Amino acid sequence: MPEPVPTASGVAAPVVGLDVERVRADFPILSRRIGDWPLAYLDSANTSQKPKRVVEAIARHYLEHNANVARAMHTLGGEATSAFEGAREKVARFVGAASAAEVVFTKNASEALNLAAHTLGGRLSPGDEIVISVMEHHSNIVPWQLLAQRTGAILRWFDITPDGRLDLERAAADGLINERTRIVSIAWVSNVLGTVNPVAEVAGLAHRVGAHVVVDGSQGVPQLPTDVAALGADLMAFTGHKMLGPTGIGVLWGRYDLLETLPPFLGGGEMIEVVRLTGSTFAKPPARFEAGTPPIAQAVGLGAAIDYLERLGMENVAAHEQRITRYALERLGQVDGVSVLGPTEAVDRGGAVSFTLSTADGTEVHPHDVMQFLDARGVAVRGGHHCARPLHERLGITASSRASGYLYTTEAEIDALAEGLDYVRSFFGGRS
Amino acid sequence: MSVEAMYQEIILDHYKAKHHSGLREPYQAQVTHVNPTCGDEVMLRVALDGDRVADVSYEGVGCSISQASTSVMSDLVIGRTVDEALALHEEFTEMMHSQGRAEPDEDRLEDAVAFIGVSQFPARVKCALLGWSAFKDAAAQALAAEGKE
Repeated sequence: MPEPVPTASGVAAPVVGLDVERVRADFPILSRRIGDWPLAYLDSANTSQKPKRVVEAIARHYLEHNANVARAMHTLGGEATSAFEGAREKVARFVGAASAAEVVFTKNASEALNLAAHTLGGRLSPGDEIVISVMEHHSNIVPWQLLAQRTGAILRWFDITPDGRLDLERAAADGLINERTRIVSIAWVSNVLGTVNPVAEVAGLAHRVGAHVVVDGSQGVPQLPTDVAALGADLMAFTGHKMLGPTGIGVLWGRYDLLETLPPFLGGGEMIEVVRLTGSTFAKPPARFEAGTPPIAQAVGLGAAIDYLERLGMENVAAHEQRITRYALERLGQVDGVSVLGPTEAVDRGGAVSFTLSTADGTEVHPHDVMQFLDARGVAVRGGHHCARPLHERLGITASSRASGYLYTTEAEIDALAEGLDYVRSFFGGRS
Repeated sequence: MSVEAMYQEIILDHYKAKHHSGLREPYQAQVTHVNPTCGDEVMLRVALDGDRVADVSYEGVGCSISQASTSVMSDLVIGRTVDEALALHEEFTEMMHSQGRAEPDEDRLEDAVAFIGVSQFPARVKCALLGWSAFKDAAAQALAAEGKE
């Protein structure tokens, strides 16, 4: 068992059931050095690193079992198909789906959200309303804007409170969700503020008026135990590469009785039943939504990632995220000039910690400059608007820096971030 | 090379006190250039007097590299002919794509030679070019507008 870790405040954090040092040994990239500095990878909300097992599972698939799925009838085709469908079953179990048929593989979460918008969108008429929130990632904004343009539907959004949480009171006062609402699509966890949204509560409001609920689970599924039924979602999008899996694979989970009623999205091979030049009939879900050769090796890699996460236990992954987030909030709170966006308490809060940094004379150091100096000390963070420009506009800033950890993140890496920020501040502040 | 060497004193000085900043009248062309990956933005106006750049005025948000580079650019191009200014744009762009290997002519590029260090950080080259690209675009539009008058 790991020893209790002393924190900057001198209080020992409780021992959790996740041995970070042992976990880190599975991620060779984490022992890299950047120049003279050890890498502190704090950009996991952007993409996570991959354990050896995942990379090996992908390599083994290509080297030993590679073939196309479903349409190849030979031995290798059978092996590839059962590996691909096996991954679908793992995903289904991982999110608490009723069956594997509720899991649609896409190329990423953006494609999954576009699929949701296109297929649900056929039912919209002018004047119908779609509700999102101001804290959404662009991938949960733009597909709905395009849908609204196509159909004449109206796009509305939840605002946020000063603490960076969904402003449910104002939404209620404004009648945001009403009898014209057809679709509500919100993030489970904000990729900028870290806010964990009360999805079940919002879903209840939406279902009461007969609206469908779409959840962007991109930041939630990697970090929290997931039960789609408890979330109250009708459709949920997430992506493999933020949860130890490879890039190139995303998921749209959907309630089967809903998926069954939705029209196809992309047309092509394997999504059909019978094709005639005069018209085609379509396969049942999930095949209906998977035109063309799917991301086979990527599905195998995602399956291996899920095996890895389940071996650690998602309760432990979530507890570790909580511990690191609490430590990061505490440690960044001690750095002069740092202002954290979003909830400053690690309650209903995910691991993305975004912040701005100003010098002693009050000048803000631009996040790209922050990023560059941190990178020179081995600390990898993201600087910019994190694909959430409307949120930054709402907060009255153009950009922010974001640190985000995962199951391999250590307190020492957070310390490296805090020390780096002190240095950035002195560099930009010391020359005025 | 170190990050401290990349952020030369000249760059920080321009960042802290941007030359020719603010939007001014008159002008023949106004453009807005954005760096979509980071949200850096510059709105820039060009005023011509015949074939000479009479004024460049701008407002922008962004990192020290993009803001300082725009400031340095305005110093360099104001008072020159459009052809001379575009030649400097060419030289600066070439330097920024040299990955640190260029030997820029300090007599011509003046303070802009300080950005040679930035050219070794590929992700930041577009920051240094933002204001220059906006100028090139606006100058072309201003020339076209003058031609119509």
